[in-house]
Amino acid sequence: MMAGAAIPARQPTDWHSDAMQSRIRARYRAEKRFRAYGLFAVLLSAGFLVFLLVTMVANGARGFTQTEISVPVNFAASDLFLQPGDVEGDGTEAALASADIEGIVNAAAIEAYGEDGAELISNGAWIRVRDAIATNPDMLLGQERFWLQASTELDFGSRGDMGDARSARPERQAMVARWDGLDEAGQVRRAFSWTFLTSSDSSDPTLVGIWGALKGSLLTMIVTLILAFPIGVLAAVYLEEYAPQNRWTDMIEVSINNLAAVPSIIFGLLGLAIFINMFGLPRSAALVGGLTLALMTMPVIVIAGRNAIKSVPPSIRDAALGIGASKVQVLAHHVLPLSLPGILTGTIIGMSRALGETAPLLLIGMRAFVATPPGDFTDPATALPVQIFLWSDELDPGFVEKTSAAIIVLLLFLLAMNGVAIWLRNKYEQRW
Amino acid sequence: MSALSLFVLVFGLATIAWIAARFRAARAVPLGEARAHSLPSYHGWYVALWLAIPALLFLSVWSVVSPGLVEQSVLSSSAAEALPASQIEREAILGEARALADGSLSAAFNEEARGLVPAYQQASGYYGMIGIVATLLLAFAGGAFAFLRIRPDFRARNRVERVVMWVLLIASLIAILTTVGIVASLLFETIRFFERVSVVEFIFGTQWSPQVADASGDEGSFGAIPLFWGTVLIGAIIAMIVAIPLGLMSAIYLTQYAAPRVRSVMKPVLEILAGVPTVVYGYFAALTVAPAVRDFAVTVLGISSASSESAIAAGVVMGVMIIPFVSSMADDSIAAVPGAMRDGSLAMGATNSETIKRVLVPAALPGIVGGVLLAVSRAIGETMIVVMAAGLAANLTVNPFESVTTVTVQIVQLLTGDQEFNSSKTLAAFALGLVLFIITLLLNIVALGVVKRFREAYE
Repeated sequence: MMAGAAIPARQPTDWHSDAMQSRIRARYRAEKRFRAYGLFAVLLSAGFLVFLLVTMVANGARGFTQTEISVPVNFAASDLFLQPGDVEGDGTEAALASADIEGIVNAAAIEAYGEDGAELISNGAWIRVRDAIATNPDMLLGQERFWLQASTELDFGSRGDMGDARSARPERQAMVARWDGLDEAGQVRRAFSWTFLTSSDSSDPTLVGIWGALKGSLLTMIVTLILAFPIGVLAAVYLEEYAPQNRWTDMIEVSINNLAAVPSIIFGLLGLAIFINMFGLPRSAALVGGLTLALMTMPVIVIAGRNAIKSVPPSIRDAALGIGASKVQVLAHHVLPLSLPGILTGTIIGMSRALGETAPLLLIGMRAFVATPPGDFTDPATALPVQIFLWSDELDPGFVEKTSAAIIVLLLFLLAMNGVAIWLRNKYEQRW
Repeated sequence: MSALSLFVLVFGLATIAWIAARFRAARAVPLGEARAHSLPSYHGWYVALWLAIPALLFLSVWSVVSPGLVEQSVLSSSAAEALPASQIEREAILGEARALADGSLSAAFNEEARGLVPAYQQASGYYGMIGIVATLLLAFAGGAFAFLRIRPDFRARNRVERVVMWVLLIASLIAILTTVGIVASLLFETIRFFERVSVVEFIFGTQWSPQVADASGDEGSFGAIPLFWGTVLIGAIIAMIVAIPLGLMSAIYLTQYAAPRVRSVMKPVLEILAGVPTVVYGYFAALTVAPAVRDFAVTVLGISSASSESAIAAGVVMGVMIIPFVSSMADDSIAAVPGAMRDGSLAMGATNSETIKRVLVPAALPGIVGGVLLAVSRAIGETMIVVMAAGLAANLTVNPFESVTTVTVQIVQLLTGDQEFNSSKTLAAFALGLVLFIITLLLNIVALGVVKRFREAYE
């Protein structure tokens, strides 16, 4: 590029002089340096992403599994006054509730593993035994071996010496040794945790699950979609096809563009002041969360919808109008079907943003401790990102892997949604 | 019959009306005669809309009004005379009686509530019946009125399309309504806050301690300067020190140097950074970055006061989140610089980097600055990263290894406790929200103005 040959070897510049050559070399070095900075910036940014994802996966992979310990329970020899006949039919719930299953399980653990046996199993492990009895009452007559959730302490023992301050403590060291012994005897194992996918929040990290939060998110997203999609598309159609050039139209456009840039937490304040305090809707409900997120998502859909409608060439409208179609017919038969892929892509992207949103939901009270999945739109609910936030605040170190596992689930959902959006765009995008 | 099932019923009636009207309109024009003005389906829509819209409007108004009417008639009944005079107790008993009457509660806590149940059931049955009858009457009247107007020369299409146009207009007015709602709710609560705490103290005070506000009165504990400073330190200084160089250099590399295939892979990868939920960044900052930063400060720099909730941990992670934002704005701006300027510079013998540094970036500077302003507005409104990784202590410090707090953190903090809605703390959150709203709005307006003028300069 700096071709010396392009300039005739004229006085006064002697390109071959040492001074000139070193100057050129310096400039080329600067060029290379600059290019390296650029590459470095790209790699560093991508490196952050990789580091983030690797950290989450490394922490979270364990969250999908749980440590289990084998406990033989001898029902026949125990003082559990239950007969197989008691736990059949209508009386099952009451019979199981009155029986001290927790005591039996703890006693069995102590019998199997000595004095501290009860501390090796999770506080809620007996629920598994109860459910097993309910499905197969005949086991009450004999002895049965159960794989029960291990306690957090034993679970930490299974990780061995992690080399940090916490694992240097003597009780932790003892637990590591304990685990090794149990492991050799084949009395412990790590198994996939269905609990994590099917249960709800709990104060015990061995018993928590994401189903409640996931269902809360689902209900919230349904409300958001039902409101934001039609309103967003209709508003986009109005602004592109009907709006006259006047002050009202300008005001609508300015508000939509501004709403798209308003910090999400402001929508939380709006939801709190309007939906909860003014309209008296229930706090912590998926309905209010969905309304709030709908207001936030609508501008995104409007902007995407306008771009999609704008990209339909005017010749198609003119042709339809020319053969006698009315304005609504042109819209319904031609413009909307042609712009639908673009509108859907924008909608999915807006919805995926809403799915990851936390701050507005905190303000409208969806941070409550909800131990049962919400039944309908007005039940107290929480959402997946809020659940992540709540678990990240827990002091019990067993929550770290559960939080990361919940993050993995959230990221998988977002990945799937964005994947669908990209697929839609590539498959149906038309170039006119 | 609940409002929902009534709604479904009206909807079903409208569907039947649509089919019937369509059929009648199709039959109304004998073959071979002059053609009808509108297609049969337009007549169908016309009748269905006349049936559904007045009935549903009445139904929605009625479902708001009727609980009040029911309550009034219960209070005027003989069973209500024994109710205690205090407003709060009365409300509690009434609420309980309502729950007992509709079956969502099986046992009463207050004895008085049980006595009110018959009155409640009677009143709600009475008003519920009025609602059902009136809704159905309106539906049939509207439907019949429209049905009788079906004639070949009736201009059903024009009328239906006018309704469509109104629906579209109403949908787009919701955007204005939302903006008005935001401004009104923030403004209203803020004015109430400033009745208790002076504006000057709020904006210029340096002492932020709302926890003690209830005990010692409101004066002297709502000075927001430390929050504003914390927000600026994290969002506008530290985050931008990370995001501007990385974002700008990434954009330059990807647009000017990278092979098309590298670009097509790396650009989406960087955009993923913007799609990661902020709660994930917040967790990452709190779990991984913050302890590392603290250890670094304590062992390498010897700052023993370094906090595990340092400003720098939150700021750096926020900067990473903002990178794709800066990068895509810079990308657009550089692409908008006319190719002739670049070619001219290269033809004069400048190297690529010299062209970029001396020609492209200066020419694209307004656009880049606009993008940076948008990024700042986004960073200061960001909540979860700072809630999880920055602290709660309102320190006025320039040391990035210490803990600072931000406007958004305090809004969340003030509103997630269990306090009365009318306390000064709650109102203070709305005042902070208003400040945040105004500042982000101004930044956006300025940024979009700059970008727009820059675009026009080259078009």
